[in-house]
Amino acid sequence: MIEILNVVKKFKTNGANFKTAVNDVTFSIRRNEIFGLLGTNGAGKTTILKMLTGQIQPTAGKIFYDGKTFNENLFEIKKMLGVVPQHINFDQELTVEENLELHARLYGMEKIERQNRITELLDYMELAEYRNYNVRKLSGGMKRRLLIARALIHRPKIIFLDEPTVALDPQVRRRIWNLIEELAKNGVTIVLTTHYIEEAENLCNRTAIINAGKLIAENSPVGFCESLGKFTVESADTFKFFHDKESAEKAASLLENSKVRQTKLEDVFIELTERGKNL
Amino acid sequence: MVAPLLYLTAFGWGLGRSVQLQSGTYLDFIVPGIMALNSMNIGFHSIISVHAERVYHKSLEEYLISPIDPKSFLTGKILGAVLKGLISSVIIILTALIFGANLTLSAELFFVLALNTVIFAEVGFYAAMRLATYEEMAQVNTYILLPMSFMCGTFFSTATLPEGLRFFINCLPLTHASQLLRSLTVGGSILFDSLLILAIFAALGFFLSLKALKKCQED
Ligand SMILES: Nc1ncnc2c1ncn2[C@@H]1O[C@H](COP(=O)(O)OP(=O)(O)OP(=O)(O)O)[C@@H](O)[C@H]1O
Ligand SMILES: [Mg+2]
Repeated sequence: MIEILNVVKKFKTNGANFKTAVNDVTFSIRRNEIFGLLGTNGAGKTTILKMLTGQIQPTAGKIFYDGKTFNENLFEIKKMLGVVPQHINFDQELTVEENLELHARLYGMEKIERQNRITELLDYMELAEYRNYNVRKLSGGMKRRLLIARALIHRPKIIFLDEPTVALDPQVRRRIWNLIEELAKNGVTIVLTTHYIEEAENLCNRTAIINAGKLIAENSPVGFCESLGKFTVESADTFKFFHDKESAEKAASLLENSKVRQTKLEDVFIELTERGKNL
Repeated sequence: MVAPLLYLTAFGWGLGRSVQLQSGTYLDFIVPGIMALNSMNIGFHSIISVHAERVYHKSLEEYLISPIDPKSFLTGKILGAVLKGLISSVIIILTALIFGANLTLSAELFFVLALNTVIFAEVGFYAAMRLATYEEMAQVNTYILLPMSFMCGTFFSTATLPEGLRFFINCLPLTHASQLLRSLTVGGSILFDSLLILAIFAALGFFLSLKALKKCQED
């Protein structure tokens, strides 16, 4: 569905200096999967999403949607995409409803459909009573819910969510997870970034780990844990990984205060980013 | 909108009625100048809210992500500025008439006013796409627009200026807007050279603004 080939992004910093935010990244996103981009702060996740949504151009490399580049098929591709940015970007002069209405018009929706869809999504996000509020008057979490609602109005086929559950309370976070799973069931492709590794572990079919602009590994959450070792022996602040339970237990018995547990995606993430090792 | 009305009152009504030039009163002389500088200011100021939309609210992203042609977006913003420019021009004209100015009104006059608004809306748009801070936007006003509003044949004729300075001032669009408007308000013909120069500025401004819009998220 989306092919990302040797994509590089350099930003001009001061004068003639450049910062390489994304460094020769190649991967693909399949139709109807939930794909997670994981990485530490400044790894390049947002920059990758911005290139995938056509907001900025890669310095080098190519991006294909069903074999077509953005330039070949710009408006058709844009119509398929829904984008939930990392930061709030509403029109501050407008109300909740007007912001959604603006979006629906930008995507050329008919009036009746616009109205129905706005009502439906405001209900789903529990924002119905704020319909006529100026967006400035919403709480942080409400704004984030509204961002998601807005991205869904035109029924996109691919949705990009840049840290969708930041600053949301646990109930709402659950709701967003359910929504994402529901969308995926209905044939929508989802690309998300997150710092909550647990979120990626529960939701994603596949994840890519980005570190300092480079894609260092790509796998399913289970696949990642299996290739590192399904069992973790944890003692004090050291971790050792084993493929079978027996050797894990044996190793644990030789260490003080140690315990054996299942490896989590978080272990893989830390192992790959912090200690810079490769699988 | 307040400043041009004050100029009109102080220099035009207060001072201008008693000062006689060969061609009529000083009031008649400065009314087209004030129309020119007013259409410039309205053009610039009614579009620069896109700076906040780009830098602070980031709401510009919504348009850049959506399947909207950037050309349409830019055109819409410019037309919005032109509408405001024309409304305020009508107010200036009415005020001037109340003060007793002699003005010939024509469709060409309004066309030139609209064209001048377009040019400075584009200047504002381009600046809004390229400059990082609001302070820098204010500097465009202080160091470019404000000097132009006094020097470009608005309050006095450029004919008496030293050669080098006059050449420089003749390269600026506002000079041509003032000259065109002055010729039209006294019932003269349209100055084709000046019109061509304004058209070139407008086309160039559109091209540069569009380019800046497409690249505005790159840094
Ligand atoms: N417009 C820009 N100009 C210059 N450098 C930039 C720009 N945007 C991003 N960068 C740099 O590129 C790198 C990657 O940034 P990016 O926002 O993609 O990270 P991220 O993975 O989304 O981080 P976070 O988890 O904090 O959101 C960072 O070092 C950042 O400083
Ligand atoms: Mg980010």
